[in-house]
Amino acid sequence: MSENNGMFGASGSGDTSGFGGLARSAANFGSSERPYGSYFDEVTDELERAYPEFNSAIEKVVIDRGELTLHVKREKLFDTAMKLRDTQSLRFEVCLGVSGVHYPEDKNRELHAVYPLLSMTHNRRIRLEVSVPDSDPHLPSLVEVWAGNNWHERETWDMFGIIFDGHPGLTRILMPDDWPGHPQRKDYPLGGIPIEYKGATIPAPSERRSYR
Amino acid sequence: MTTQDSYASATDTTEGRVYSVTGGDWDSLVTEIGQTKEERVVVNMGPQHPSTHGVLRLVLELEGETITEARAGIGYLHTGIEKNTEYRTWTQGVTFVTRMDYLAPIFNETAYCLTLEKLLGITNDIPERASEIRVLMMELNRISSHMVALGTGALELGALSPMIFAFREREKVLDVFEMISGLRMNMAYVRPGGVAQDLPKGAIAKIRETVKELRHNFKDNEKLLVGNTIWMKRTQGIGYLDLAGCTTLGITGPVLRSTGMPWDLRKTEPYCGYENYEFDVITTDTCDVYGRFLIRMQELEQSLRIIEQACDKLEKSEGQPVMVADKKIAWPSQLSVGSDGMGNSLDHIREIMGTSMESLIHHFKLVTEGFRVPAGQAYVAIESPRGETGVHLVSDGGTRPYRVHFREPSFNNLQATSAMAEGGMIADVIGAVASIDPVMGGVDR
Repeated sequence: MSENNGMFGASGSGDTSGFGGLARSAANFGSSERPYGSYFDEVTDELERAYPEFNSAIEKVVIDRGELTLHVKREKLFDTAMKLRDTQSLRFEVCLGVSGVHYPEDKNRELHAVYPLLSMTHNRRIRLEVSVPDSDPHLPSLVEVWAGNNWHERETWDMFGIIFDGHPGLTRILMPDDWPGHPQRKDYPLGGIPIEYKGATIPAPSERRSYR
Repeated sequence: MTTQDSYASATDTTEGRVYSVTGGDWDSLVTEIGQTKEERVVVNMGPQHPSTHGVLRLVLELEGETITEARAGIGYLHTGIEKNTEYRTWTQGVTFVTRMDYLAPIFNETAYCLTLEKLLGITNDIPERASEIRVLMMELNRISSHMVALGTGALELGALSPMIFAFREREKVLDVFEMISGLRMNMAYVRPGGVAQDLPKGAIAKIRETVKELRHNFKDNEKLLVGNTIWMKRTQGIGYLDLAGCTTLGITGPVLRSTGMPWDLRKTEPYCGYENYEFDVITTDTCDVYGRFLIRMQELEQSLRIIEQACDKLEKSEGQPVMVADKKIAWPSQLSVGSDGMGNSLDHIREIMGTSMESLIHHFKLVTEGFRVPAGQAYVAIESPRGETGVHLVSDGGTRPYRVHFREPSFNNLQATSAMAEGGMIADVIGAVASIDPVMGGVDR
């Protein structure tokens, strides 16, 4: 997904470690193979049964570290969420919000939204993940499905600039109303100023030489 | 038509004529407003610091004393902790996240560490003694957090004495924290792989003594409030939110349990070995402020029970490790509590500076570079005093988090303000918000 060069975070400072030529890229997970194990087979089977468009809606199913992630196409997100909530055998009646993630290197899929779901009826957890391109950051709002997503979607808009279509009042929530930019995107600088201490200058956290 | 008043200016908007009142001559204002037919008053409650909840602003639309619309304005304590952690090592993240919900620091740390351990794949390698200490600290923390909820909740409704008693008890718990970690709040005591250090000598005896005192002292507040006519009139039937409302709003914790739903992650998805402790999940079925108050009161006793069991277990596991055996993850520095708080232990300094070059290299590498976490994402939730604290961590395989997101129960539960307050009296909005027990440090992060 992302590719890093060398061992150190900052560039331009003298790297005498010899690691500068190393290139390492983070794994981009492919779809998992059946059987998924645990209750994951049952959940995907039930969703497939309840939702005829399953194959076109779900891009991939990832099982990692004992957690199930369904990667959903954004056009089908709302329908999938409805099925997950209302189907008797699934009953994901609680959504625990939205967590945005920004992958600038993932071309045309820069912005991801991650929805952890909880079924109290069956005591199960799964996760939905949707990606949108930076140039067209629109997602359907899930406030109609889970009212509690209201503030979480506002936060994700505020921090990542994902626009949730159909949200009852998509305004900034943590930052001031007139704030420019979306602070938790990777292209938004952390800020900070260099500090002088006993004659030496310590750069701001984002400028310090650090390991990758 | 009107005289210009610099404190109470009138403007025409799409909604009609709006008068902003910030002070000034009341008489001229009343005369002016008296000319309009409609009477809709919008009151800004805050932004201010109502006792210890943090800075919260409530926008209330009133008709007489009845609230027709309530909106909460948040963000005044936003400090960008999630963003900041992306520029520090995984271990340093603990020091940041502990400051989110400052009344439940141990819960933030534990949730973060459990998620990180899941990412590292070392969940099953955490020593039992470390988990026992985590449980002990979490339950102590639950007591200190509930004490603030009860004390400030009562204070906000005009009862002053419960606050005094509650903070007296909280102080005793904080004394234990200080003895164990060197700090009363924001301890960064729970670390990836275990805890920062073992319990000091005499800690168990002190905790047992404290448990005895607390159990005795809790009766003071119980006598003051449980069954108190004034208290019940201010809390019963107030801030109503039923099960359907809770699930769609994602509400967890005491507010959810006040609907009769016995949902407690310590029972439904045990972590840190909670399945080995005996305790009850407290519920009421009144869906109101009084029910939530009773739940918190009774959870204190349940926490004491867990603490006693944890003490028994800790006495048996005396001398066992409190940090994961993998030296590439375990924090190398050995700490000890001195007269001025927690610091490096002199023995460790002597070893790395005087005797072992390899120890020094190891220490230096792990502290400056940190450890790498395999790429991927994980979500772990624990039962904090306010509900489900969920942590979503994403790693790109580096020494620093790619994304840290806290699903804060305070943030989520505060959304219920509108549902609880609308249609009620203005005086009851205070009780309703207090029963949610929002901590703005957690809401705004």
